[in-house]
Formats: sequence, structure tokens, C-alpha cells
Amino acid sequence: MELLQLFFFYLVALVTIVSGFCVISCKNPINSAISLVMTFFCLAVFYVMLHAPFMAAIQIMVYAGAIMVLIIFVMMLLNQGAEVISRYRHAVIGAFIAAGLMMVQVIITIKQGGVSGTIGSINSEVVEQVGHTELIGQAMFTDFLLPFEIASILLLVAIVGAVVLAKREV
Amino acid sequence: MITITHYMVLSAILFSIGTIGVLTRKNAIVVFMCVELMLNAVNLTFIALSSHLGNMDGQIFVFFIMTVAAAEAAVGLALMIAFFRNGDSIDVEDFSLLKW
Repeated sequence: MELLQLFFFYLVALVTIVSGFCVISCKNPINSAISLVMTFFCLAVFYVMLHAPFMAAIQIMVYAGAIMVLIIFVMMLLNQGAEVISRYRHAVIGAFIAAGLMMVQVIITIKQGGVSGTIGSINSEVVEQVGHTELIGQAMFTDFLLPFEIASILLLVAIVGAVVLAKREV
Repeated sequence: MITITHYMVLSAILFSIGTIGVLTRKNAIVVFMCVELMLNAVNLTFIALSSHLGNMDGQIFVFFIMTVAAAEAAVGLALMIAFFRNGDSIDVEDFSLLKW
């Protein structure tokens, strides 16, 4: 069972990384967008494996649903099509070196320092008994009520800003 | 047994892929999608640590990151439409108005 779980993890991780790589290597932006949707779905699978089903649901609804529809809609609106082949990327070697160095640093740091801290009360049994959405709601509407209200103001400002910026004449 | 390290390393790899995309691609929308990929890598770290430590706070943080990403998507894409209308291009090399 444990081995099967690990095998499943590696399978989904492989799909995540390959589709993530397709996002940066596809010439056509639409193909990049489809690969990104695949990455989002794989991440939702990981959230389910981490006992966070509500997060998986809003990952699919918000990211794979709303944000990707917005991105693809803008692509259609701008009617870009495939980019000119010689001009679709720049500074490849430098970017690979920078990102590789960053990844090595992060992995060394992860390997050196273990994860420590006070272990809370919410484990997989509690999530199954109480329900993940209920736990999120309890935390959000008690401890995080003010940030929640501020987030609503942020969304309002974003709506108004998007309309003002995309309007033809102010 | 899947440990927390597995998730952290996967998240680091995804973040690096996003970084490569941001640094190399020229289409502003693809750069934007790579930023979303980096944000998602961070979300995975948050949820993995939250689940590991038995604490709900990390998942609330992910909720707020998603809110900010949605706001960023709306405003960023509106900016791209405005820019495309002015310059007829969304190539990041043409975004040089503030360059001296």
C-alpha cells in the first residue's frame, strides 16, 4: 500500500513536471495554456493526497476554470497565433543557470534542515470526521476575518481596475 | 512513505521551471502563465507543510494567494489588452517605455 502510494506520487509528479516543462517550451501560447491546465489538475491531485479536498476543488474552479478561461479569452482577443520561431525566446543559457542554481540551493536547504515546529491538532482523522470545508470555514471566519474582508476589497479594486484599463477611451 | 521532502523538492522543481519561463519567454501572456506556475509551486509548499504540521493556517494562506492571483490575472490581462491596443504587440522586448 505504501509502495503503491509512492508509485502514484512519482507518476503524478512526473506528469506535473513534464506538463510544466511544456508550458515553457511550447511555441504556441494556446498549447502552453493547455499544459498549464494539466499542471493545475496534477496539483489538485496532490492536494487531495495531502488531505485538503476543499483546496483541490477551488484549485480546479479558480485556476483551471476562471483564470485559464480569462487567459485563453485574452489570447483569442489579441489574435497572436504562433510566435515567430526565431524570436520566441531569449537568454536561454543564463536562465537555465540561474534557475538551476536556485533549485540546487533550495534542495540543499531542504535536505539540511528538517521541518520542525509545534504539531497542531488537525490530522487526517480530524479532517475526515469534521470535514475539511468546515475546518477552513472555522479558521477563516474567526482568526482570519479581517484578511478575508480585505481580500473582498482587493477583488473589488481589481474588477474596477480591469474595466478602467481595458476600456477603449477613459 | 511519501515524506514532506518529496513535496518540497517537487515544489522547488516547479518553481525553477516557472523561473526559466519568466526569464526566457518573450510573449507577455506566457510570462504571465509562468508566474502563475510559480505561485502554484508556493501553494503546494504551503499545503504540504500545513498538512504535515497539522495546522490550518497554511491552507488559509493558499486561499488568499489564490485571491491575489485572480486579482492579478484580471488587472494584468487588462494591461496587456491596453498595451496591445497602443503598440500592436505583447512582446516583452517592446515593453521598453521606462527604459533609458
